[in-house]
Amino acid sequence: MRVRVQGYPLRTKSRKSRIEPYLYILPALLVVLVFRTLPILSSFTASFTDYDIGGFHGFVGLDNYARMLSDARFWQSVINTLFFVIGVVPAGIIFPLFLAILLRGKLAGKGFYRTIYFLPVVTSAVAISVVWTWLYNPEAGPINRIITALGGDPLLWLREPRGIFEMMLAPIGIHPKGILAGPSLALVSLMGVSVWKSAGYNTVLFLAGLENIPNTYYEAAKLDGAGKWGTFRHITWPLLSPTTYYVLIMSTIISFKTFALVYVMTPPPGGGPLGTTNVIVFYLFQKAFDRFDIGYASAISVFLFLVLLGLTMIQRKVAGRKVHYGS
Amino acid sequence: MWGRRARAGGHVPVTCPRKTGGTGSGKNGLIMTARAIARTAAKHFFLILGGFVMLLPFLWMVGTSLEQGGFSNYVEAWTKVPFGRYFLNTLLVTVLVVFGVLVTSSLAAYSFATMKYRGRDMLFLLFLSTMMVPQPVYLAPSYVILAKLGWINTYAALIVPWVANVFSIFLLRQHFRTIPISLYEAAILDGCSRLKYLWKVVLPLSKSVIITVLLFNIISSWNSFMWPLVVTHSEELRVLQVGLSYFNQEQSSNHQLLMAASTFSTLPLIVLFLAAQKRIVASYSRSGIKD
Repeated sequence: MRVRVQGYPLRTKSRKSRIEPYLYILPALLVVLVFRTLPILSSFTASFTDYDIGGFHGFVGLDNYARMLSDARFWQSVINTLFFVIGVVPAGIIFPLFLAILLRGKLAGKGFYRTIYFLPVVTSAVAISVVWTWLYNPEAGPINRIITALGGDPLLWLREPRGIFEMMLAPIGIHPKGILAGPSLALVSLMGVSVWKSAGYNTVLFLAGLENIPNTYYEAAKLDGAGKWGTFRHITWPLLSPTTYYVLIMSTIISFKTFALVYVMTPPPGGGPLGTTNVIVFYLFQKAFDRFDIGYASAISVFLFLVLLGLTMIQRKVAGRKVHYGS
Repeated sequence: MWGRRARAGGHVPVTCPRKTGGTGSGKNGLIMTARAIARTAAKHFFLILGGFVMLLPFLWMVGTSLEQGGFSNYVEAWTKVPFGRYFLNTLLVTVLVVFGVLVTSSLAAYSFATMKYRGRDMLFLLFLSTMMVPQPVYLAPSYVILAKLGWINTYAALIVPWVANVFSIFLLRQHFRTIPISLYEAAILDGCSRLKYLWKVVLPLSKSVIITVLLFNIISSWNSFMWPLVVTHSEELRVLQVGLSYFNQEQSSNHQLLMAASTFSTLPLIVLFLAAQKRIVASYSRSGIKD
């Protein structure tokens, strides 16, 4: 849709009024150019250089990218990030959707529930991480105290490097290795916090989506004798798909960018026990600011950007066909 | 089958008014009422369970902060490291950033929304394109640019790069465009200056979206962590989030102090949220942004 542009005619006016519109943009433009556009373009350029603590030495072609291919720590961070995204995104859709369906329509205390669910969203990631570090504390933390009180064995949580499948299958004598061992319990603990923190936001988005579905559909379904599941399957789910699609993309991007949780709950230098919570942005951060390896860090940045761009495009293609945008 | 009909949109079967359970009489009505009550009760059960899960970490935070020593934990945490200084730094940065964003965004959005000039759409696209790139991607070069400017470890590094916010410009522009352009043209013809029109007409008509922009920027500025962690080194310049993160590493075994510090660090935003929760929740869900 093209929006008709109306407003001030270009000619016939004095010089002052011709440059005036630019003056209004100037303050924002300066900041955007110097602190957004310039560093964004620089990160592409820098990825082809050996910029480090001593400054710029020269262009090195694709060396930084070649180095990524053979850097085990980098691949570990990619796999950890994928584990994280694959774990967090579906859980971040299922629980909030369930809560939103319960909240739909007229309900006593609706605003109250919404407020409570939203509280973790506005609370800082750092404070939340500090609190959860204590909750997960293996020696005296509340979670292990409850498990012990119920007669279970306490777990190491954020300090546990073993994969969760490995831990679950060990009692029956199966010992999966490598990727098959699954994300470490430490990483899964982080995923839990991430889902908890964003659940309220996704719930509110789903609720807004649900309340946009006209009630007539539900009345019609009721008349046709549809059950709960049938109503969900044939009305709620298809008509909610634009919201679901939006939540899916947003959560994926946000999960890929996870940093504060990892940095505070499993602080450097490690990135968790045996590096099992080392995710891409954490690794990038370490390369850039502990080693000051700007060239290599920039190559990782470009990789991250391309992955996010690619994912958004794939999701748009795949989901775009199935998304129902209403009439 | 009705599913397909719903998906096709438009075809809605004729619905006739029906008696609902609540208004029914006799045995059937009673059963339906009982069922409705049971259903509502089940709903509340799960919703309370969900609320409990969301709230429990906060309750534990406050509970632990009051163990062994009670309120004195708060005093000790507050005085052990200069949290007062961290608060003032955060407050200063937040106030200046939010003020800057309001000024630069209103001006830019006003220009984009009402004036016509060469290169306008290109410039707008340039602004929008920066929203596509997440911050971690350009963090390292940003540091180098700040170093070249000699701004590392200064308030300028904490404030200046954030006094423009593209998303705020976008939100304001969308709203400014709903104000009839004829109003603008008439005012200009009458000799009203453009700045005066912005101040006297546009901004007063945009109170709601301005408050949205204000709240978003307060929350994101107060909670920002990665940037201040990178661009400042000295303790005098630490903002609350960075200070809390260091405190967490230094006092890792002192849980009461850590929970006390977490409590007073989160309190200002929780209070703000509770005071303006309706508006905050609505803004988040309408404009769909997160961090």
